[in-house]
Amino acid sequence: MPERLLRLNAQLPVGAMDTRASGWWAMIFTVFTEAALFAYLLFSYYYLAVQPHLPGTFPEGGQPDLALALPNTIVLLASSAAVGWAQLGIEHGNRWRLVAGLGTSAVLGLIFLVVQGFEWAAKPFGLSATSYSSLYYVITGFHMAHVIVGVAMLAALTWWSILGYFNARRFAHIHIGALYWHFVDAVWLAVFFTFYLTPRMGLGA
Amino acid sequence: MRAIPSVLAMVPLVATTSAAAPLRYLSGAGEKASPVVGLTWGVLLISLIVIAVIGVLLAGAIWRRPGQAWIKDSPGTLLQQGSGLDWLWIGVGISTFVLLITVVWTVRVLAQVQSPPVKPAVTIEVTGRQWWWQVRYLSDDAAREFTTANEIHIPAGVPVRMRLVGGDVIHSFWVPQLAGKMDAIPGQTNETWIEAAAPGVYRGQCTEYCGLQHAHMGMLVIAQSESDFRKWWSHQLTAPAEGSGKTAAGEQVFQMHCGSCHAIRGTDAAGAAGPDLSHLMERSTIAAATLPNTPANLARWVADPQSLKPGSQMPAPSLSGSDLKDVGDYLRTLD
Amino acid sequence: MAATAYERPPSIAAEAPAVADKLRGIWATEPGFTGWLASVDHKEIGIRYIVTAFAFLVAGGVEALLFRLQLSWSNLGLLTPEQYDQLFTMHGMTMIFLYAGPILSGFSNYLWPLLLGARDMALPRLNAASYWVYLCAGVFLYASFAIGFGPNVGWFNYVPLAARAYNNGPNIDMYALGMVLLGISTTIGAINFIVTFLRLRAPGMSVNRVPILVWGTLTASAANIFAIPAVSLAFFLLWMDRNLGTHFFDTGANGSAVLWQHLFWMFGHPWVYAIVLPAMGMVSDGLPVFCRRPLVGYTAVALATIATMVLGFGVWVHHMFATGLPNVSLSFFSAASIIIALPSAVGVFAWLATIWTGRPVFATPFLFFASFIILFVIGGVSGYMTGSVPVDWQLTDTYFVVAHLHYVLIGINVFPVVGGTYFWFPKMTGRMMDERLGRWNFWTMFIGFNLGFFPMHISGLLGMPRRIYTYGDGMGWDWLNLITTLGTAIFGIGVLIFLWNVIRSMRHGQTAGPNPWDAPTLEWSTPSPPPPYNFAVIPVVASRHPLWEDRLGEDAERSHVGTGLVLEHGRETLGTTPVDADPNVILKMPADTLVPLWLALSMTIVAVGLALVSWWVIVVGGACTAASILAWLWPQATLGETADLPPEEATHA
Repeated sequence: MPERLLRLNAQLPVGAMDTRASGWWAMIFTVFTEAALFAYLLFSYYYLAVQPHLPGTFPEGGQPDLALALPNTIVLLASSAAVGWAQLGIEHGNRWRLVAGLGTSAVLGLIFLVVQGFEWAAKPFGLSATSYSSLYYVITGFHMAHVIVGVAMLAALTWWSILGYFNARRFAHIHIGALYWHFVDAVWLAVFFTFYLTPRMGLGA
Repeated sequence: MRAIPSVLAMVPLVATTSAAAPLRYLSGAGEKASPVVGLTWGVLLISLIVIAVIGVLLAGAIWRRPGQAWIKDSPGTLLQQGSGLDWLWIGVGISTFVLLITVVWTVRVLAQVQSPPVKPAVTIEVTGRQWWWQVRYLSDDAAREFTTANEIHIPAGVPVRMRLVGGDVIHSFWVPQLAGKMDAIPGQTNETWIEAAAPGVYRGQCTEYCGLQHAHMGMLVIAQSESDFRKWWSHQLTAPAEGSGKTAAGEQVFQMHCGSCHAIRGTDAAGAAGPDLSHLMERSTIAAATLPNTPANLARWVADPQSLKPGSQMPAPSLSGSDLKDVGDYLRTLD
Repeated sequence: MAATAYERPPSIAAEAPAVADKLRGIWATEPGFTGWLASVDHKEIGIRYIVTAFAFLVAGGVEALLFRLQLSWSNLGLLTPEQYDQLFTMHGMTMIFLYAGPILSGFSNYLWPLLLGARDMALPRLNAASYWVYLCAGVFLYASFAIGFGPNVGWFNYVPLAARAYNNGPNIDMYALGMVLLGISTTIGAINFIVTFLRLRAPGMSVNRVPILVWGTLTASAANIFAIPAVSLAFFLLWMDRNLGTHFFDTGANGSAVLWQHLFWMFGHPWVYAIVLPAMGMVSDGLPVFCRRPLVGYTAVALATIATMVLGFGVWVHHMFATGLPNVSLSFFSAASIIIALPSAVGVFAWLATIWTGRPVFATPFLFFASFIILFVIGGVSGYMTGSVPVDWQLTDTYFVVAHLHYVLIGINVFPVVGGTYFWFPKMTGRMMDERLGRWNFWTMFIGFNLGFFPMHISGLLGMPRRIYTYGDGMGWDWLNLITTLGTAIFGIGVLIFLWNVIRSMRHGQTAGPNPWDAPTLEWSTPSPPPPYNFAVIPVVASRHPLWEDRLGEDAERSHVGTGLVLEHGRETLGTTPVDADPNVILKMPADTLVPLWLALSMTIVAVGLALVSWWVIVVGGACTAASILAWLWPQATLGETADLPPEEATHA
C-alpha cells in the first residue's frame, strides 16, 4: 500500500492556506517578472546615460531635487511597514489591526501618488523634450501605475477585511497582496537611486 | 542520415555556380579576408565532419539491431542493459576539445583582422542611404575632399579605413571578397578597414534590411594601382568637362528638375539628397549597382525610376520627351 | 467554528466506479457553447492551443510559399516589394511567436497534469486566460495584415526603420501592441507552469523523477518570465516613440537605435531556446519508448537543459556582432556562443546512446524523433559557425543564417511536434493515427525539408543576403533558389498529409486503449482520452517510469497507480512540497468561468484603444480589465479562501 511511501501528516490543510496557496506562489513569480521589467527599464536609463551628451542635458535641467522625493520615499516605506503590521495582526487573529494597517497603507500610497504629481508638475521639461525626459516620465510613470494597482489592491483587501473574510487561518489573499505591495515599494528604491542619487555620483553629463 | 548524400550532391553545384557568384566569400582577395577565409573553411569542414560522424552513428544505431515491427500490447519486453553513459563522456569530451580549439582560433583571427597591419593612408566615409551609398573621400586638406556615390575606388595592396555612418536607417556595409560586414548606424560612426591584394572590381551589398529597395542597394569597390588611384582622385576634384552648346539645354533642364537633389561640381546643381553625379560616366553602373551604365539604361532610369526600382526616393520627373533626351545628352557628357 | 475544520485526514483507497462517477459530475464541463467558452480544463485548453497554433503554422506556411515563388528565379515580379516585405515579416512573426511557442504551450498544457499525476494545472483560470489572450493577440496581429497594413520591417523590427519617420502607417503600431498582448499571454502561462511544477507533482515525484518534457517547459518558462519583459518593454517604448513623442530610440535626440537591438535580443535569444527545449524534451521522453529502454543519462540531459538556458542569457550579443562593439566584448560573446554547444552535445549523445543500446521500433513517431537528431546537429553546427565572430561577419544576414534558423526551428520544433502528435494523439483522442500515411508524411516532410533548406546554406555561402525581394541574374543564385522553392513546396505537401492524417484518424483511427505504445509515464495509466478529472485517485510515484518498474527489475520501491489519495469533496487536487513532493495541502480548484475570457477581451480593447490612440477606448478597456480582475480575485468560500468553510467541507464535517 502507498501509505508507506507517503510521508503523510494525520491532517492535511484544505484550501488557500497561508503560503501553501497557489496564488502566493504565482505572485512570487509575478514579482520576478515585474522586477525584470524594471531591470530592463533601468538598463535603458543607464545605457542612454553613458552615451555622449551635451553638458546639462542628462539629467535634463540639472540635478533632480530631493526636497519632495526623499520624504515621499519615507512615505512609501512607511506604507510597507503598515502592511507588515497588518499581516502580523491577522496571523494572530486581530482583524482590527488588519483593517487599520491595510487602510493606512492605502492612504499612504495615495499620498505618495499626490506628491509624485507635484513632482511631475514642477519639472521644467515635458515628456518629449529629450531622451532623459522620456526616461524620467516613463520610468516613474511605470512605477506610479504599479502604485495605482497596489492602492486598488489594498483598498479591495481593506474592504474584504471589513466584510470579515479573513481570520487567523484564512489570510492567503492578504499575504499575496502584501507581497506585491512590498515589491512596489522596494522597486521604488531602485528607481530613486537611479534618478536621484546616480547623477550626484557623477553619472550623466 | 539522408542529409549526407545531399551534401555530396551539392558539391558540383557549388563548383559550377560559385565562379559566377560575385558575393561569395569562401575565397578572398586580400590581407583582411584571407585569415577569415581560412577560419571559415576550418569551421565549415569541422561542421561537415560532425554531421557525417553523427549521421553514421545514427544510421548505425538505427539499423544495428532493429526491434520488433510494432509495439505489442503491454506488457512487452524492455531493455535495461548498460547505462550508455560512456557515450556521453566520450562524445562530450571530444566536443569540448573541438569547441576550445575553435574559440582559440576565433580569438586569434579576431585579433589579426581587428586593426590593419599598417596605418591606412586613405580614409573613406561611407553613408548608407535608402537605397544607395554616399561616398566621401576624407583628407587633411579640405580642398582635396570630394563626394561620389556607389562606386568606391581604393588603392590596391594597402589597407583603407572605412568610416561608416547611417544616413537614415541602419544599413550594413559588406564587400565579401575584401572583409566582413560592418553596420552603418545613425547616431554612431563605426570604423572598419578593407584591403584588396590586387587591382580588380569587387561587388558589395547592403545586408541589413533597410526597406523597400534593400534588394537593390549594391555597390562596387574598384581597386587600382596606387598611381591610378591618385590620378582618379585628382580627376574627381575637377568639374566635368564643359559640354558643347548642344548640351546646354539639357544642363538647364537638369538644374531645374534634378539639381535640388543631385550635385554636379562646377555647376549650380548642389543637392545632397541623391547621389553626386559629377563624373557619372566614369561609373560602370547606375542606381546603386543595379543596372549597367549604358545610355539606354540611363534614359530608362531618368524617365521612369519607379518601375525599375519601385519605392525609390527618386520621383518620376515630369519631363517632356525632348527634355528627357536633352538631359540624357547632358548626363552622357559627365566624365 | 472549529479551526480543525480547515483540515482533514486524507483517505487512501483503490479506484472505485462510484468515486469516478462522482468525480465526473464534479469536473465535467457543462455542455453547450457557454460551457465550452467557460471551460478551464487543461486538456481542453491544451487542444485549443494546439489547433490554433497549427492554424497559424498553415498561415505562415502559405505566406512563405508565396514569397518562395517570387524568389525562385532572378528578377521575378510576382510580388511588389511592399507585398514581399509584409509577407516575410508576417511569416517570421507567425512562425516564431504564434506557432513555435504556443504549440509547445499546447502540448505542455495538455500533458503536464497527466505527466505529474495532477487533476489540472495549478491555476486553471489563468490557463484559460493565457489561451484567450493568445488568441486575441493572434487575431489582433493578423487584423492589420488583413487590411493591407501588416508589419513590414522584419520580425526583429529594427529602428529607425520601424520609427514613425520611416514607417508612417499603422503597421508597426499594431505589431508592437500585438506583441505586448502576446507577451502577457506567454508570461501568465509561464508562471502557471512554474507553480504547477513546484506544487502539483504527485506525491513521491521528487525533482529527479519528472519527465524531461517537464524540465524543458519549466526551463523555458523560467526563462520567459525574465526575458519577455525586455521585448514587451521594447515594443511599448517604440509605441510611445511613435505616438507620444518620446525619444528612446531616436538618435536625433540622444536616444539609441542600438538600445532596441539590445532589448530585443536579450529577449530574442532566450526565446529561441524557449521554443526548442520543450520540443527536445518531447524527444527525450518519446524516443526511449520506441527504443524499449529508459533514456540514457537522464540527469545529464536534465542538467544540460537548464545549462543551455542559463548560458542562453549570455549570448544575445551574437546577433549584434556587426554593430561596432569593442573587441573584448566580441571575444567574450563569441566564446560563450561557441561553448553553448556543449549542453546540446550532451543531448545528442544521450539520444544516440539510447537508440544504440535499445531495440528501435520504426513507428512513425520514432522516424520523426530519430531524424530530429541529425537535423538538430545540422542546425547546431551552423549555429556554432555563426558563433565565431570573424566568420559571422561574413555569414550574418545571408541565407546561411536563414538555413540555420530553419534547421533549428523546423528541425528542433516542427519535427518533434509532429512526432509528438503521432505519439500522444492516441492519448488525446483515443485513436491511433494512420501508420501508412504516417510514413508518407515523414518521408515527404524529411525529403522536402532537406531539399528546400539545405541549399540555402550554399546560397548563403555564395553571398545571398536575406530579406531581398529579388536578385540579379548574375549573382549565381538562380538554381539554388529554384531547388529551395521546390523543396519547400514538397515540405508543404508533407504538412498537408499530416493534417489530413489527423483529421482522418480522429474518426477512422484504430482504437488505442490506455497505453498503445507500452510507455512508462503516468499519462499512459489513464484511459484514452482521459476523463475530466484525469486520475480517480492521485497516484504515488517511486521512480521515473512508474509503468515499467516491474519489468526493469529494479529493486527499488514500486509506484502505486490506481491506488492513492481519494479527493472528492468538490474540485480538488493535491499540493505537494517543491523538492520532495511530500503531501502538503489539499487544493480547492476553481469551477469553469467566463471571467478569463472577459479579461482577455478587456485587455484587447485596451490594445485597440492604444492602436487608435483613443483615450476613452483605453479607459473603457481598462475599467473592464479592472472589473474582470476584481471578480476573479474576489475571495470565495468554495475555493477555501475565506473564513467560511467550503460547503463540501461543512457537510462532511
